[in-house]
Amino acid sequence: MAADERLRRTMMFVPGNNPGLIKDAGIFGVDSIMFDLEDAVNMNEKDAARYLVYEALQTFDYGDAELVVRINGLDTPFYENDIKAMVKAGIDVIRLPKTESADMIHELENLVEAAEKEFGREVGSTHLMAAIESAMGVVNAYQIASASKRMIGIALSAEDYTTDMKTHRYPDGQELLYARNVILHAARAAKIAAFDTVFTNLDDEEGFIRETKLIHQLGFDGKSIINPRQVAPVNRVFAPSRKEIQNAQNVMAAIEEAKQKGSGVIAMNGQMVDRPVVMRAERVMKLAKANNLIDAEGNDIEE
Amino acid sequence: MTLKNNVNREIPDQLLKTQNDQGFQMTDFGQPTIQRVAPKVKAQTGPSKVVESIKQVVAATVRDGMTISFHHHFREGDFVFNMVMREVIDAGYQNLTLAPSSLTNVMNDIVVEAIQKGTVTNITSSGMRGSLGDAVSHGALKNPVIFRSHGNRARAIESGEIKIDVAFLGVPNADEMGNANGMNGDAAFGSLGYALMDAQYADKLVLITDSLMPYPNTPASIKQTQVDYVVKVDQVGNPDKIGSGATRFTKDPKELQIARMVNDVIVHSPYFKDGFSFQTGSGGAALAVTRFLRQAMIDNQIKASFALGGITKPTVDLLEEGLVNRVMDVQDFDKGAASSMKNSPAQQEIDASWYADPANKGAMVDKLDVAILSALEIDTKFNVNVMSGSDGVIRGAIGGHQDAATAKLTIISAPLVRGRIATVVPDVTTVITPGDSIDVLVTEIGIAINPKRQDLIKTLSKVPGLPIYSIEELQQKAEKLVGRPKPLAFKDRVVALAEYRDGSLIDVIKEVED
Repeated sequence: MAADERLRRTMMFVPGNNPGLIKDAGIFGVDSIMFDLEDAVNMNEKDAARYLVYEALQTFDYGDAELVVRINGLDTPFYENDIKAMVKAGIDVIRLPKTESADMIHELENLVEAAEKEFGREVGSTHLMAAIESAMGVVNAYQIASASKRMIGIALSAEDYTTDMKTHRYPDGQELLYARNVILHAARAAKIAAFDTVFTNLDDEEGFIRETKLIHQLGFDGKSIINPRQVAPVNRVFAPSRKEIQNAQNVMAAIEEAKQKGSGVIAMNGQMVDRPVVMRAERVMKLAKANNLIDAEGNDIEE
Repeated sequence: MTLKNNVNREIPDQLLKTQNDQGFQMTDFGQPTIQRVAPKVKAQTGPSKVVESIKQVVAATVRDGMTISFHHHFREGDFVFNMVMREVIDAGYQNLTLAPSSLTNVMNDIVVEAIQKGTVTNITSSGMRGSLGDAVSHGALKNPVIFRSHGNRARAIESGEIKIDVAFLGVPNADEMGNANGMNGDAAFGSLGYALMDAQYADKLVLITDSLMPYPNTPASIKQTQVDYVVKVDQVGNPDKIGSGATRFTKDPKELQIARMVNDVIVHSPYFKDGFSFQTGSGGAALAVTRFLRQAMIDNQIKASFALGGITKPTVDLLEEGLVNRVMDVQDFDKGAASSMKNSPAQQEIDASWYADPANKGAMVDKLDVAILSALEIDTKFNVNVMSGSDGVIRGAIGGHQDAATAKLTIISAPLVRGRIATVVPDVTTVITPGDSIDVLVTEIGIAINPKRQDLIKTLSKVPGLPIYSIEELQQKAEKLVGRPKPLAFKDRVVALAEYRDGSLIDVIKEVED
């Protein structure tokens, strides 16, 4: 499993045929940028979009953002060329749409590996993720999530999924409860990231925040977003509280103290600090830094 | 022979002599003693100044070689300029100087015609654009245009550098003696700020209105003591084009990103404290800043003493919420701001001299803490161009740019690139506002602080999530995105002069080579 623990609060869709958005995608502070070669791009623009994203990846500086591309599905004639071009461009992650089985990931992995060899990229350097968009995908979620050591995450794609389930999306999200929990468990069991689906009504900020709070509570790493305006609300929901930060700072201090004493046991307030507490504290510190709540050294920022 | 002024621009000697002008030296105006001029007054005691037609009043007032003036408060909805200029052209006058506060697109065609027929041979204005800017940049006008900021126009009128023989001022209401304001009537636009200079200094003042009110018409911004003639016409302007309607908050993520960072700069600057003052523009990012600033003022329990300049509805909203103590309107950009003027005693109409004239016993810009301004181009010396486009053609206006830039904290908000054109460049095409008066540039990817403001560099470096670059770095990032364009080609002939607000020459604009 790709065990990197980077923040993935926001994964922003950027249509692969929109030069303006592609150029500016790096300025909004999203954790992952997902260039879309699939649904956002018309049939007659598939090649042009692939070239555009390829050139953009060679040209623009996207800073620390993780770069993801959603390729066309393996039942399309664009699938193989998408893989080749994106591997050649050195993309961080390839996202496979409509994933229903581990075999689909195996097939993708073989082609990615071949492309890595063809274009002289390090074998294994291209990560993968899967979008779950059907009942079959949900049922096979763990097999998909654990199909390859290249996998970094799985994402729920609710529009296709609800159609497959003979329902549609409701404001309270009850129709997604099972899928969300299955995907989350699959991701956690496979030790990869879980991404929630998009929220498409940009004018309903309240509904967007409500849904983000729900998936944050469930334990998702982050949310797929469709507009830079959704970055700040997601980050606010994922920001740790002052109390959480203080607690994490205490844990970090305890770790430091133990290190200086050469002690293998971390103790705080006379109690032993165990591994899960350390991991949670590390994540809180990371989130606090990302939200500009503490500085690079982990100290409070004076207002 | 040429002289290099203090922003390194070559000014032909000949121009300095003929214009009796100086090259730009510095932004500080000093404390000179200045003799102002006064208008000629033709006394009258009659019961009414109403004349039948524009044609009649043009015949009575205009002579060859005169300077005539207009205001631009009707903006793109102006009917008055075209009605008057039609009569002036058709009567065959020659060699006139046109001295409006600015020229909007709706005036372009008739000015081009007046130039072609020899009616107009000189122009001074805040700016011009479209077909007129194109014509002037291609050498259509006999003498160079002189571009002046709103404050500088007031100064030049007071000093006699602009001597207005006849001012034709459209007003949405007036009585038969000439008492008028900009606030009532179908074509109301709010403050008459720029026109008040013409009203005070023109030898002959003609009011053109579509709404004759019972005498005495109050409140009177223009007074009967200043007015020679009143003409009644069917309609002075198209209300739908005078100002924008409801101001929509921008949804452009890039503009929002810039606005958020502008707000960060303001809020973390030493000037953001109770009683601070500010001026914003009317663009999408500027309006968004107003909204962010509102929240920051509420969060920090800070109130502003005044908002200045061209006023928009979001600024009036701050006044109504009690977050701003006074709004000082030299013009009103939208209907919301215009209509609240007449009801709100805390909204003060100010003339261009009070607003921004340096040759004064104190102008409001001198008290201004924060100004947010735009730019077509800004260079690595922080010099700003708001006048000529990337093709070298005139397509802008100084407006109050140079004047407001004297604020204690002047922020330029501009995208790094527009389409395939860099905004941050090694050298601007035309220097309008000297870099010496610019403190911070905010782009969508980060900010650059003028090195002379080490205090701001120190303060703002502590702000989390506010990327700071040198302006050279921003310029290089822009160049990396869009490449380096081929240098523009100009002919030797000077088609326009850009004055600094003190009347010195800051740059010249040459005829474009196609």
